[in-house]
Amino acid sequence: MNEIDDDLLQQAHYWMRLTRALDDRGTFLHKQSKIVGGYFSQIGHEALSVAAALSLGPKDIIAPMHRDLGAYLVRGLTPRRILAQWLGRETGVTRGRDANLHGMGDLSLGIIGFISHLPASTGVIAGVAHGIKLKGEPRVAMCFFGDGSASQGLAHEAMNWASVFKLPMVIICENNQYAYSTPLSRQMAIEHIAQRAAGYNMPGVIVDGNDFAAVYRAAKEAVERARSGGGPTFIECKTMRMRGHAIHDNMAYVPKALLAEWEARDPIARIEAELRARGLLDDEKLAALLARIEAELDEAQAFAEASPYPDPATVTDGVYA
Amino acid sequence: MTWDQGLHKATTVLAGEQGTRELTYLEAIRAALRYEMQRDRRVLIMGEDIGVYGGAFKVTQGLIEEFGEDRVIDTPMTELAMIYAAIGMSFEGFVPVVEMQFADFISTGFDAIVQFAATNHFRWRQPVPITIRAPGGGGLRAGPFHSQSNEAWFVHTPGLKVVAPATPADAYGLLLSAIRDPNPVIYYETKYLYRSLKGMVPEGEALVPIGQAALRRSGEELSIIAYGAMVQEALSAASELEREGHSVEVLDLRTLKPLDEEAILATARKTGKVLIVHEANRTCGVGAEVAALIAEQAFEYLDGPITRLAAPDTPVPYSPPLEDAYRPNAANILAAARELLAY
Repeated sequence: MNEIDDDLLQQAHYWMRLTRALDDRGTFLHKQSKIVGGYFSQIGHEALSVAAALSLGPKDIIAPMHRDLGAYLVRGLTPRRILAQWLGRETGVTRGRDANLHGMGDLSLGIIGFISHLPASTGVIAGVAHGIKLKGEPRVAMCFFGDGSASQGLAHEAMNWASVFKLPMVIICENNQYAYSTPLSRQMAIEHIAQRAAGYNMPGVIVDGNDFAAVYRAAKEAVERARSGGGPTFIECKTMRMRGHAIHDNMAYVPKALLAEWEARDPIARIEAELRARGLLDDEKLAALLARIEAELDEAQAFAEASPYPDPATVTDGVYA
Repeated sequence: MTWDQGLHKATTVLAGEQGTRELTYLEAIRAALRYEMQRDRRVLIMGEDIGVYGGAFKVTQGLIEEFGEDRVIDTPMTELAMIYAAIGMSFEGFVPVVEMQFADFISTGFDAIVQFAATNHFRWRQPVPITIRAPGGGGLRAGPFHSQSNEAWFVHTPGLKVVAPATPADAYGLLLSAIRDPNPVIYYETKYLYRSLKGMVPEGEALVPIGQAALRRSGEELSIIAYGAMVQEALSAASELEREGHSVEVLDLRTLKPLDEEAILATARKTGKVLIVHEANRTCGVGAEVAALIAEQAFEYLDGPITRLAAPDTPVPYSPPLEDAYRPNAANILAAARELLAY
């Protein structure tokens, strides 16, 4: 992590800790039945979502999905708006129209809201990148998809499109081993999803998705390549989904040994080990940071819970622009 | 030469249309694209074979020479990525018009339309101002996958608008409105009319508002409600009925979503007898919605059963005798109208 400077590392640490704390709070609120419907925990994905988002500039565009909570936070969606979204309130990102992290788009922050039909945003981001290229602007568009959506035709159609038009696009493929209950062996007959990048004449990079520095370095290089006209890059982040598909799923189908292996590679423990090695973190500082985050989230939750539900009379509002 | 040229034995020239130039239905579409691209630099078009080749039907012929390959984009064969890309381009401020080579192929881009584009403004208030041109309809002996009228899929979907012009002037004016609409619009153009129908078309800002039907013929005893290629068939039948001493009204829906409910109810209340005609399959077609609307809101004015004449619930057949049996035409509109008039 030597070329990652202290400031960046501390910044990343804050975002990763905020992400996990907000996610834990989401799980808790779901258990209290305050969050209804599905809840999708992202535990284990903090390094990759935060690193990828931090590799972008303020005018770049990002299209995260349901386990990229860290990316939404880094781009500027506040815990207030996110908690209000989860609680179905009028002050939430989609004003109660869309669920959990779905649809959390806000172009003023350069975020595109996703739909369940993954990897839909990959096609959208190809269009954003195409538009950026037509305008000749030094901007980049980044999307996320997973091992499951890698099997969808659109993943291939969008990669092909990005490559044919040599677009300023970065694809973050979060390979977290399971698409709901389906393991990689039923998803593909190759070892690495990144092997497919060769078929589209784009660089295919494989990184440890639980290593902040590795993801950041790869993403930064891809972003710079895209920005300078070098075309798209495919980055496969190897990680593990540490919870069920959604909160109802006890993931009995995941071998305990596999979970234990990835538990030992927890992204937050790793960044904290590096911070401690650099003398930037000790128990006292960590306790202070966690207390600060809890206070921030308490305030955000109070805002969300005090926010009104949408007025039922507005149910048909906004179908058309 | 395109494959459909030569299939049309005659070209009908519409009488009484206001305008400065006589254009075929196809030329009117091209004129609208050209006008919008000249007017607004954000407008771009894309599709398969639309640039250098000029399009499978030559609708976009000459546009790449005039506007360049950044604004007339020949794409890979991927309707799904193409429509998703159009959505993304719209987020960057562009106003994309996407050509499906045939309306039939729109199904491969279905998710992008009904899941993403249609719901986006409802979910996070970001408009998706894209237009998808869908060359639809039969009568050209093109078989099950080049003849479909699948507009009902999209009429059923909240967040979309669907238009289906029946004349060159409407082909021009509705395309202008579709391109300028901040919502995703599916523009069903009728291949059968491309070269078989000519009419006067205005120049410039001759927008036809989305959501407004047109009364093509006024009458007292029966209303025929139609759209697309069936409007001309209905008008032929109405002329024949006039010779038989009947006064028949023809309402051209023009927009299928949102329906012009006021115009539909007005004609139903006026004549008390309604025949709805479309070349799309019968079950859950647009006609079913029109019939339900009339049954709900004009029941006490009716003097006969609301009647639908539509294609049967089969794929579109290729062989001429089969396709002729499949697709409504002036002759069977006439028969259905006579029966209803006698009710």
